[in-house]
Amino acid sequence: MSTQGPIATNRSATGIPTGRLAVWWLLASEIFIFGGLIACYILYRLNNPWWSGEAVFTKVPAGAFNTFVLLTSSLFIVLAHDAAEKKDVNRAFKFIWYTIGGGLVFLLVKYYEYSSKLLTDDPELLKTPLTNTYWSFYYTATGMHALHVIGGMVIMALISFDLKKGHNLHRVELIGLYWHFVDIVWIFLFPLLYIAK
Amino acid sequence: MAGAHTHPNYVKIWALLLVLLVVSIVGPELGIPWLTLLTAFGIALVKTYYVAAYFMHLNFEKKYVWFLLLISAVLLGVFFFGVAGDVMKTDGQNWQDCISNNTCAEQQRYVDGQLR
Repeated sequence: MSTQGPIATNRSATGIPTGRLAVWWLLASEIFIFGGLIACYILYRLNNPWWSGEAVFTKVPAGAFNTFVLLTSSLFIVLAHDAAEKKDVNRAFKFIWYTIGGGLVFLLVKYYEYSSKLLTDDPELLKTPLTNTYWSFYYTATGMHALHVIGGMVIMALISFDLKKGHNLHRVELIGLYWHFVDIVWIFLFPLLYIAK
Repeated sequence: MAGAHTHPNYVKIWALLLVLLVVSIVGPELGIPWLTLLTAFGIALVKTYYVAAYFMHLNFEKKYVWFLLLISAVLLGVFFFGVAGDVMKTDGQNWQDCISNNTCAEQQRYVDGQLR
């Protein structure tokens, strides 16, 4: 772990470095953000069996491919963390950018999915956030998740250049925790929005 | 870093997660409701465990972090069951089943399937 930066970075009164503890708190709060949305979705889904007729318009292969992409990007960021622990900054830098690439592929697939529903001339296939409650949930959940993906990619890019100079190597683990959480959220969104018909 | 510990074989964990992903896609295709629940949602929980335990190193983290996250999930359960009765029980004097009598606000915006 780097000894540079503010003392709070390395202080460990709780047995956990402060930065990492802060990320755990952040993730605990994120459980309420996404968990609350998912809990509402489940309640409404159980009460509206007709939603299964809307779910058939989601593209399972695209959702499955994106699950594969996020699981693989999770592997990349944990390998970056492993390299940072070994102070192999070049390898860590490489895997961070592989992870950012995974995020980019995820967003491109999401763009393909969104555009096929929002930019079509076929009224049967046109699904906007105002179409009905199912699609409101769909766009809110996947949109908020995509914003988290973008946020993670930006932070990773910023961290990577500091990392290249050998500074603040511990931040690779911190952004990794966040990225794995984003992966876990998708692990639940995929069956809820795509698989359950 | 999450203390001194032996690193798991991350590639093996990733391969296992991909196998679970395939099962979660194929299982629901069989069209058996209990199997869909088990493969789609049960396996999502198993995948979450593997990502949290090994990629996020929760197995090597201080135990109270598990409690921090589990307490969040339990409070979410309180929210879920706290409002479930209100959302799910749609009978009584003040309820209107707008779906069945076609009077929901969102249905009013459509005429013959077309947005007004």
